[in-house]
Amino acid sequence: MDRSKISTPTLRCFVETGPDHLCILPSEVDMSSPLMYGTPSSRVEGTPRSGVGGTPARQRPDLGSIRKAPQVDLHSEPPSADGAVASEQALGQKLVIWGTDVNVGTCKEKFQRFLQRFIDPTSNEDENAGLDLNEPLYMQKLEEISVVGEPVLNVNCSHVQSFDADLYRQLISYPQEVIPTFDMAVNELFFERFPDSILEHQIQVRPYNALKTRNMRSLNPEDIDQMITISGMVIRTSQLIPEMQEAFFQCQVCAFSTCVEVDRGRIAEPAVCRNCNTTHSLALIHNRSAFSDKQMIKVQESPDDMPAGQTPHTTIVYAHNDLVDKVQPGDRINITGIYRAVPMRENPRQSNVKSVYKTHIDVIHFRKTDEKRLHGLDEDSDQKLFTEERVQILKELASKPDVYDRLSSALAPSIYEHEDIKKGILLQLFGGTRKDFSQTGRGNFRAEVNILLCGDPGTSKSQLLQYVFNLVPRGQYTSGKGSSAVGLTAYVMKDPETKQLVLQTGALVLSDNGICCIDEFDKMSDSTRSVLHEVMEQQTLSIAKAGIICQLNARTSVLAAANPVESQWNPKKTTIENIQLPHTLLSRFDLIFLMLDPQDEAYDRRLAHHLVALYYQSEEQIEEEFLDMAVLKDYIAYARTYINPRLNEEASQALIEAYVDMRKIGSGRGMVSAYPRQLESLIRLAEAHAKVRFSDKVETIDVEEAKRLHREALKQSATDPRTGFVDISIITTGMSATARKRKEEVAQALKKMIQSKGKTPAMKYQQLFDDLRGQSEAAITKDMFEEALRALADEDYLTVTGKTVRLL
Amino acid sequence: MRMWFVCRFCCPAAQSNSNPEWEAKVLEYFKGQLREKESHSWVPSLNDVPLHYLKPNSLVKFRCLVQDMFDPEFYMGVYETVDPSTKANVLRCGKYKDVTECGVDLNSRNTVTAERQTFYCVPIPGESPWAKEISFLSAARVVPSTSYVPSRQKRSYEEDDDDMDTQPQKQREPHTGGMGETPQIQPHGNGDSKRQETEAPSSQTTAPSDCSSHLDLNFPLPGERGPACLVKVYEGLDSFKLNDTLEIYGILSVNPVLTVLGEEKDPSLLLLNPTESMETPEEQRAHDPPASLVPRLHMLYARPLQHNNPLLPSAPTEDQSAFVSSFLVEMASVRAELLAYLTHVLLGDGLAAEYLLLHLISNVYTRRDVLPLGKFTLNLSGCPLNSYTERLYQIVQQLVPCSYRLSMSLHTMNSMRLVPKKDYVANRLVSGALQLARNTSLFLDETQLEQGQLDSSGVRNITALGNLISWQKVDYDFSYHQMEFPCNINVLVTSEGRSLLPSDCQVPLQPQVTPPNMEEYLTTIHMAQFTSQINKFRVYLSLARTLDYSISDEVTKAVEDDFVDMRKDDPQSVTAEDLHRMLVVARLLSLSLGQTTLSRDGWMRAKHIDMLRRSRTEQQKSLNGNEP
Repeated sequence: MDRSKISTPTLRCFVETGPDHLCILPSEVDMSSPLMYGTPSSRVEGTPRSGVGGTPARQRPDLGSIRKAPQVDLHSEPPSADGAVASEQALGQKLVIWGTDVNVGTCKEKFQRFLQRFIDPTSNEDENAGLDLNEPLYMQKLEEISVVGEPVLNVNCSHVQSFDADLYRQLISYPQEVIPTFDMAVNELFFERFPDSILEHQIQVRPYNALKTRNMRSLNPEDIDQMITISGMVIRTSQLIPEMQEAFFQCQVCAFSTCVEVDRGRIAEPAVCRNCNTTHSLALIHNRSAFSDKQMIKVQESPDDMPAGQTPHTTIVYAHNDLVDKVQPGDRINITGIYRAVPMRENPRQSNVKSVYKTHIDVIHFRKTDEKRLHGLDEDSDQKLFTEERVQILKELASKPDVYDRLSSALAPSIYEHEDIKKGILLQLFGGTRKDFSQTGRGNFRAEVNILLCGDPGTSKSQLLQYVFNLVPRGQYTSGKGSSAVGLTAYVMKDPETKQLVLQTGALVLSDNGICCIDEFDKMSDSTRSVLHEVMEQQTLSIAKAGIICQLNARTSVLAAANPVESQWNPKKTTIENIQLPHTLLSRFDLIFLMLDPQDEAYDRRLAHHLVALYYQSEEQIEEEFLDMAVLKDYIAYARTYINPRLNEEASQALIEAYVDMRKIGSGRGMVSAYPRQLESLIRLAEAHAKVRFSDKVETIDVEEAKRLHREALKQSATDPRTGFVDISIITTGMSATARKRKEEVAQALKKMIQSKGKTPAMKYQQLFDDLRGQSEAAITKDMFEEALRALADEDYLTVTGKTVRLL
Repeated sequence: MRMWFVCRFCCPAAQSNSNPEWEAKVLEYFKGQLREKESHSWVPSLNDVPLHYLKPNSLVKFRCLVQDMFDPEFYMGVYETVDPSTKANVLRCGKYKDVTECGVDLNSRNTVTAERQTFYCVPIPGESPWAKEISFLSAARVVPSTSYVPSRQKRSYEEDDDDMDTQPQKQREPHTGGMGETPQIQPHGNGDSKRQETEAPSSQTTAPSDCSSHLDLNFPLPGERGPACLVKVYEGLDSFKLNDTLEIYGILSVNPVLTVLGEEKDPSLLLLNPTESMETPEEQRAHDPPASLVPRLHMLYARPLQHNNPLLPSAPTEDQSAFVSSFLVEMASVRAELLAYLTHVLLGDGLAAEYLLLHLISNVYTRRDVLPLGKFTLNLSGCPLNSYTERLYQIVQQLVPCSYRLSMSLHTMNSMRLVPKKDYVANRLVSGALQLARNTSLFLDETQLEQGQLDSSGVRNITALGNLISWQKVDYDFSYHQMEFPCNINVLVTSEGRSLLPSDCQVPLQPQVTPPNMEEYLTTIHMAQFTSQINKFRVYLSLARTLDYSISDEVTKAVEDDFVDMRKDDPQSVTAEDLHRMLVVARLLSLSLGQTTLSRDGWMRAKHIDMLRRSRTEQQKSLNGNEP
C-alpha cells in the first residue's frame, strides 16, 4: 500500500489507525469503506489479481473530489482505531458516515439485495429490450456488462424506491456517500459472479430518474448536495477542460517526488521536501500530474415547463470523464446529478466578498429525450407524466357519452359554429394509429390526418390555425407568403465558431409528431409546395445539401388554410378552380372543408349572439360553458400516448362496406368516386375517433362518424357545381367527370366539323372558332375551343402553329 | 427619515439572532410608511436624480420595465463572521446586500442559504419627455432632505448635454423646441425633447451599443438614456413577468467591489478553479456590469404600474376613485375640446380625428383563447408626405405617456432588430424595438417606405409587425425555439395608400384645408393650446382606457337584431369581422364619453361613424379604380 493513501484527508478516521492496521487488513479496508473507494490515490495499482482489486477503480469527479466526511459512531465518540475496524464486525450497525444516517454495511447489503432480487415485469423502457422481465433485471444487466465490457450500470431510481423506500431516500439525500457504496456493492457482486472478466475500470453505478425534482424552476436551496433529475435543453457546451485531480511534485534538489491531491479545488504545495528537507524545492511536473476531463454544459429549461410571461432559466452542468461530449446544443435531455452550490472564492486581497453562491449540477447520468425520435421509434419520449387524479379526471371525461361533442365545442370557443370543421380538426389532433409495415416493404403508413380549409377571407380561418398552433406542444405556424422551401424543410449552416456544418431544421421537421399550420397556402410558391408532396404521404423529408444527404422524419399533420383566387368563393366553380392548387397535392388532404358565409337569418342571429357574448361575457361565465384548454391539452396528450386503437371485425366490415358503397355511387354514372386513399383516410379518421373515446378498439360507431365527416367534407369540397353530384375526381384529377365528358364532346364536334369541310390542309384559327360556335347549340368559350384543339393535337390529328391550324 | 432608513440597514443583523420574523416586520414597516400620503414622493427616484447624487445603501425608487430575468441565485441569507482579533463569532444578515462583511466563516453551520432573483430593469421605453418632466418636478417639490437639490439638477443635465454634443448629430432641426412646453419648464425640457428627436434617427440605424460607448445597456429602443438597474428580488418571484412596468422601492447598492470582482482575475485561480471561468467575458459584462453604470437595487417592495402618467394618481386608492369621479363630469367637454384639437391637427378631417381619439384610448382588456379583445389598430391612409407624419407623431407624443415612432424605411426594416433575441453567449435577452410596455403607442410610419428589396430579416420584421397587430403578441427568438409574449400595444399606421400591414380599421384622410406651410400650420395649432389644456387631454386619454365597461342584455338583443337586419339587406356588406369592429368601436365610443355601459344611442352612433368610414373607403377604392 502506498503511504500517500493513508495521508489523504478523506481518510481521517483511518489515519490514526496507522499503516499497520491497514497492512494487516488490506482487503477489508479496500472492500468495506466507501471512503476508501474511488479516492484518487486508490488508482495506484495494487497487486495484479483478478477480482475487485485487480481492476483499477476510476475516480468519480461527478461525486465531488472532496470527501472529508469520516464515519462516526452514533454516540459521537471520537473515531478510534478500534471503532473503525470494529465497524466491520459488531458495531457495524451503529456507525454512520459523518453528517448522514448512512451506514455503509447496511446500505451495501440492501443494494446488493436490490440488484439480486429486483424484478419489474411491467418494464417497457427501451434499455431493457431483450431482457427477460421475469428474471432479476439488474443481474441480467451485470451479465451484459461482463459480455460487452462497458463498466457502467444505470439504475432507475424508481426501481430502488419501489424496492426499498429508505434506501431511496438515502440515495437522494446523500448521493455523494451512497453512490460509492453502491459502486462497491456492485463490484463485489460482479467479480464474485464473473471473476474472470476484465474491465477497463471498476463498474460505476449511474442512477437516473430521481423523482424528486423534475423542473428547473423548482430547484431551491434545499436541493443543494442532493440528487436531482431535471429536464431541459442543451444550449451551449464548452471545450474540454482538463481538471487536475492530483498534482505531481518533484524536488529540484534530490528528485524525490510526491503527489498531492486536490482539496476543494486547491493544491497545497508542499513547502518542505520530505526526503532532503530543503525548503521550497518542489516543482510541479505537469505531465505527470493526473487530470480528468470536464465539460461545462448550459441547459435551459424546456419551454413547456415555463409559466407564461417569464424567461427560461438556465443551469450550468458539469460533465466528467466519459460523459464529456455526450450531448450537443439543441438536444433535449434529462439530467440526473448532484446539485452544488459553491461560494464565490474568497480573495485574500479583499476583505469582503460577494455573498452569492455559484450553483451547478455535477452530472451523473444523461438521458436524451429526443433520441428515440431520431431512431424513428415510438413517441413515448414525449411522455408527459400524469398524476393519478389527472388521469382519473380524463377517464371520467372520456366515459361521458357526449365526449366527442364536448371536446369539439371546447376547441376554439371564440370561433362560431363550423361544428364539422372543429370535429375534423379534433380528429386531426388525435391522429390515427401508427402502423409499421416496413417489414413487408411498404414502409410506414401515414397516421396523421391532413386538413385543408378553404373559404372566403375573413371567416376566421387564421384564428382557427392560431388556436391549434397554441394548443399542441409541437406545433408550428407559418404563412405561405413568408415561408420558403428552405424555411419549411431544413438547411445546412456552418457554425461560425467550430466551422462545423449544422443541419437547421425548418417548420415541417420541427413539428414532427405535431401539427404544422400553414396559412395562406395558396400564396405559397410552387417549389415550396412541392416539398409537401413527400411530407404529406411518406412523412419524411429528404435533404441533399452541402454534402449532407439524409432523410428526416416529418411525421407531421398539415393544417392548411387557403383563400380563393378570386376575392370571393365562386360557388359556380369547383374547389380546384377556386383555389388553383394542383390536384396532386389536394388529394393528399384527408378532409377538405369549405368555410363559407352561410348567409341565412337564423345563422346570423346565432353568430351575432355569439360575438356579442364573446365581448361582454365575464371570464367565469365563459369557463363554465367550456372545457378548460389545459384539460383539452392533457386529454389529447394522454390519448396520443396511451391509446392505440385497432380495428375490430365489425368495424372492418363496416369500412369495407363504406368503401364499396362509395365506389358504387360513381360506377352508375361511369366514373370513379373513391380511391384507396379515401379508404385510408376513413381508417385514420375512425381510429382517431376511437382515441377520442379512449377506446382500444375501433368500433362501428367510429366508422360511422368517420364516414359522416368524410362525406360532409366531400359534399362541401367535391360537389360538381354543374351537376350537383359529389364527384371525387374533382379532387383526384382536378376535373369532374362531367367536365371531362364535355371536353371530349367538344373535341369530337370540332373534329367532325373539320372533316365535313373536306380536304383543306390549313385553316384560320379565328374562322374555325367562329364556325364551331355557330354550329354548336351550347355556348363555347375560347378556352373550351383551345382545349379541344389541344386534345385533337394530342391525337396527332392536327397541329396549331400561330394563327393557323393544319391537318396532319 | 432617510437617514433612519440607512441606519436600519446597516445593522439589521442585530435583530436577526433573536427574531426570525424581523424580515417580515421590516417589510411591513416600509410598506406602511410608503402607504402614507405623499411619503412615496420623499423617496428620491433613480429616474430623475443622477446616480452620483444618491447615497449608497439608501432607499430609492425606480420606475422601470423588466427587460430580462436572470437565473435565480443563492446567497448567504445568514452567515457568521469571525473577528480576527477577538475570535468572536458574529451572525450577520446577507439579505438586501451584495457584499459580505469581512472574515466569513464558510464552514459555519449557522449559514442559511437563501434564494433571490435578479431582474434587469430599464426605464420605461419611449417614455415621453413631458411624463419624465412632470414626475421629476413633482418629486423635486418634496425632497427637502436629499443631498441633491433641484437647482443643481440643471447643471447635471447640462453636463450630459455637453457629452451628447460630442456625438455626431446629423439632423438638428430648427423647429424642434416649442412643442407645448410652458415657459417655466422650458429650459431643459426643450433640451430633452431635442435630444430625443435628433438622436433617434441617427442611432436607429446603428447597433444600440453605440449609445454608451463600450457597455451595451440593452435598451429596447435606440437612443434611450437613463440608468439601467439590476434589481434583486426576494419575494413573490412568480408574480413578476417580463415587460411588467413597476415602481420599485429598494436599497441602492453601488459598492465598487462589485466591479472589481469582475475584473480582477488571478490566472492561477482560474486554472485550478474553472468554476469561475465558466462565464464568458460577454456574460460577465452582461451580468456584472460596473455598479457605477448599472447600480444594484435590492427590492423591498414593488408596485405594478397600471400607467405611467404622472398626472394621474398611480395607486388604485380612494384617492383615485375620487379623482375619477370628479373627472367623469368633465369628460364629455374635454372630449369635445380634444376632438376639435385633433381635427385641426388632421387638417380639418373630423371623422379621422374621431377615429384617432378612439384609437388612443384602445386597450386589450382581455383575451379569448388566442383572440385579443379591445385592440384597435388604426391605419391612417392618404397622409400628406413631407414630414407631416413626423409632426403628427410629435403631437401624439405630447398626449400619451409612452410612444415610439418607427420609420419604416427599407433600410430600417432590413437592419433594425424589432424582436428580442436570446444571446446565449452573454446569456441575456437582447432587446428589440417591440419590447415595449403596455399601452405604448407605436407609430408606424409607412410613408417612409420606398420600393426595393426586403432581405430575410426585413421579412421577419414585417411578419413580426403583422403578428403584433393581428394577435397582440411578439414571438421572442430563443434560437432553438420561439416564445410567445403577449403584449398590449396601440399601433397606428400612417401610409399613403392602404397599408401593407393588417389593421382593424382603415381611415383615408380627407384634408379640408391645405395649408401652404404645413410645419407652420401645425406649430401654430400646437402653440395655441395651453399646458393646462394639454394636461387635461393627457389625463383624459389615460383615464378613459381604465374605465370598466359592460353591456346590458337589452342592448345585446338590440345589437343582435340590428346585425341580422343589416345582413338581410346585403349579406356581403356586413360580415362577422365588421361586427367585431363595430363592437369595439361602440365600446371605445362609450368610454370616450365616460359612459360605462353601451346605450342604444351609443350603438347607433358607432354604426353611423363606421358607415361614414366605410363609404369613404369605398369611395377611395372607386377613385383608385378610375385611375389609369
